[in-house]
Amino acid sequence: MTSDTRTSLQEQGPYFGAYGGRYVPESLIAALDELTEAWEAAKADPAFHAELDALHRDYTGRPSIITEVPRFAEHAGGARIILKREDLNHTGSHKINNVLGQALLTKRIGKKRVIAETGAGQHGVATATAAALFGLDCVVYMGEVDTERQALNVARMRLLGAEVVPVTAGSRTLKDAINEAMRDWVTNVDTTNYVFGTVAGPHPFPAMVRDLQRIIGDEAREQVLALTGALPTAVAACVGGGSNAMGIFTAFIDDPDVALYGFEAAGDGAETPRNAATITKGRPGVLHGARSYMLQDEDGQTLESHSISAGLDYPGVGPEHAWLADLGRAQYRPITDTEAMTALRLLARTEGIIPAIESAHALAGALELGRELGPDSVILVNLSGRGDKDMSTAGAWFDLIDADADQV
Amino acid sequence: MTDTATSSVEKAIADRRAAGSGALVGYLPVGFPDLGTSIDAAVALVENGVDVLELGLPYSDPVMDGPVIQAATQQAISNGFRLRHGFEAVREVRARVDAPVLLMTYWNPVLQYGVDRFADDLAEAGGAGLITPDLIPDEADLWLAASDRAGLDRVFLAAPSSSDDRLRHAVEISRGFVYAVSTMGITGARSDVDKAARLLVDRLRGVGAESVCVGIGISTAEQVTEILGYADGAIVGSALVNALAQGGVSAAAELAARLAEGTRAASRRPDAGPSAL
Ligand SMILES: Cc1ncc(COP(=O)(O)O)c(C=O)c1O
Repeated sequence: MTSDTRTSLQEQGPYFGAYGGRYVPESLIAALDELTEAWEAAKADPAFHAELDALHRDYTGRPSIITEVPRFAEHAGGARIILKREDLNHTGSHKINNVLGQALLTKRIGKKRVIAETGAGQHGVATATAAALFGLDCVVYMGEVDTERQALNVARMRLLGAEVVPVTAGSRTLKDAINEAMRDWVTNVDTTNYVFGTVAGPHPFPAMVRDLQRIIGDEAREQVLALTGALPTAVAACVGGGSNAMGIFTAFIDDPDVALYGFEAAGDGAETPRNAATITKGRPGVLHGARSYMLQDEDGQTLESHSISAGLDYPGVGPEHAWLADLGRAQYRPITDTEAMTALRLLARTEGIIPAIESAHALAGALELGRELGPDSVILVNLSGRGDKDMSTAGAWFDLIDADADQV
Repeated sequence: MTDTATSSVEKAIADRRAAGSGALVGYLPVGFPDLGTSIDAAVALVENGVDVLELGLPYSDPVMDGPVIQAATQQAISNGFRLRHGFEAVREVRARVDAPVLLMTYWNPVLQYGVDRFADDLAEAGGAGLITPDLIPDEADLWLAASDRAGLDRVFLAAPSSSDDRLRHAVEISRGFVYAVSTMGITGARSDVDKAARLLVDRLRGVGAESVCVGIGISTAEQVTEILGYADGAIVGSALVNALAQGGVSAAAELAARLAEGTRAASRRPDAGPSAL
């Protein structure tokens, strides 16, 4: 791979170097083949793009704006920091970009039921939203731990008409929600499309979800050029499964002077066992249908991850990130719960923007990068989502909720 | 299928077929409820009529398994299951009873142990080979090479949704038998095993399969009899695990004996066996 002479690093899958593939039960292969073909056909069909573009514009509110945040940047060694505002999208995060594309695809292959896994609930809310819009049945699998810490999103999904199934197996977080969604899919594949939420999983999901999220970087690249007259020095994003990061990285991947940084959740600290820093701390293996980095013990049993952020609390990562890490094209660094929460409050207090805890990991990373890269640098940060869903977690963390306040 | 002569599994199945019925394949996870009991239970299955054993290696993310097997394997992991216990179980079962033993394992544990090292240790323990529920032939190059070198069976899955080309490929590279997934779904007892199973077995025969076992959802002697009317073996998992969980080794043994009755009923059927096809 490193001896590769191509000028572009864009890959279509199923493999990204030594990573990716389809490690799933045979029962799912026909459905994965069908999705792959439908996606290839849709990509080549101007009508599909026209329909998706219209949804982005008239439903989600794209293009999302960029916002320069000078008061926040004062804490980053004077570097310029520019946020790509995916938090302003309808439903509150980047997840809607991918879901609208996959919902259109569901219509094309003639299926009437969609299932999804969700961690923070943002992908579940986006899927429930698209299901309501397109008149599809929708079941969302969510780890029981996450249904508690993201209770607001559970209520949103139910209000939108989706069934939310709390998953009580294993670590009761995103990993187990994916297992349960896969089991549903194996059983109901004739009628059901699995709307996968990130750039992990078996082919075609890593490439398809990236293609559907690359609009983030495509827009941001133009917007930053228009604002500053140059490409950014660095691009920063949080990495759970890795979809918002691939979405913003892809437009810059063939710009060798733009440094790419993914920030993983380090929980209590990358040196402790309570973390979700998959690339920093894991090693290659197979999880959820693809070969990639993962947190695992000596026997290949998946380790439980830990992060204050439900959306990053995942012991795997998309295969394209594993490949970019090995190539050295992107760097991956750990951010602790404390660093993320501190950055979350800083953005709120300096700029009046409350980010999702996931996105706060990218903000904490940008503070670190700014100090390293210096005042001449321009850092583009993917603000992947807004913090409304996180108010109970933030309330507890910062002790913001009066103990004797009436429960409403 | 490749190298049929070397496969003890294929021979065990062919012997039962020659006797006019077909084989009973029994699944239990290693380490449930504990290592010693899982070994005793596996031995008891063979003593009560199971022809081929399928020992499952507990794994943290078993996407092909339903609630019964999930609960059992999760308990085994919490009790300290390690991969080496799988080889220990194979060795001990082989020392106590004469039936071929396959391991059923998701792919990551094999990958982490080292595919070649895994194959060597399994062969050394007297194991017959592997059933790999999340390894499709397309991704199996390492395992094909290692199993050839170590002389191990490799059982790939065939699904009702598989294309003819995929079925043909699975048949060509499987050794021991081809695992026909009876229904679109995960492990767990079902009241009726799909018509899809019979159709799938017919399609597998059409692309040259000589040794086909049907699994997923089988729990009664009647189902075993029905399946052996067109397949070479019937695989029972969740029902045996459930019996072991509820009533211990004796309950698993009793269920095995009842299921084995189903194979004898099959041998009494005039239309039994592949000759009828
Ligand atoms: C706002 C937000 N950002 C990031 C993520 C992490 O996902 P990914 O790494 O796929 O972007 C999530 C997941 O729930 C999210 O809700």
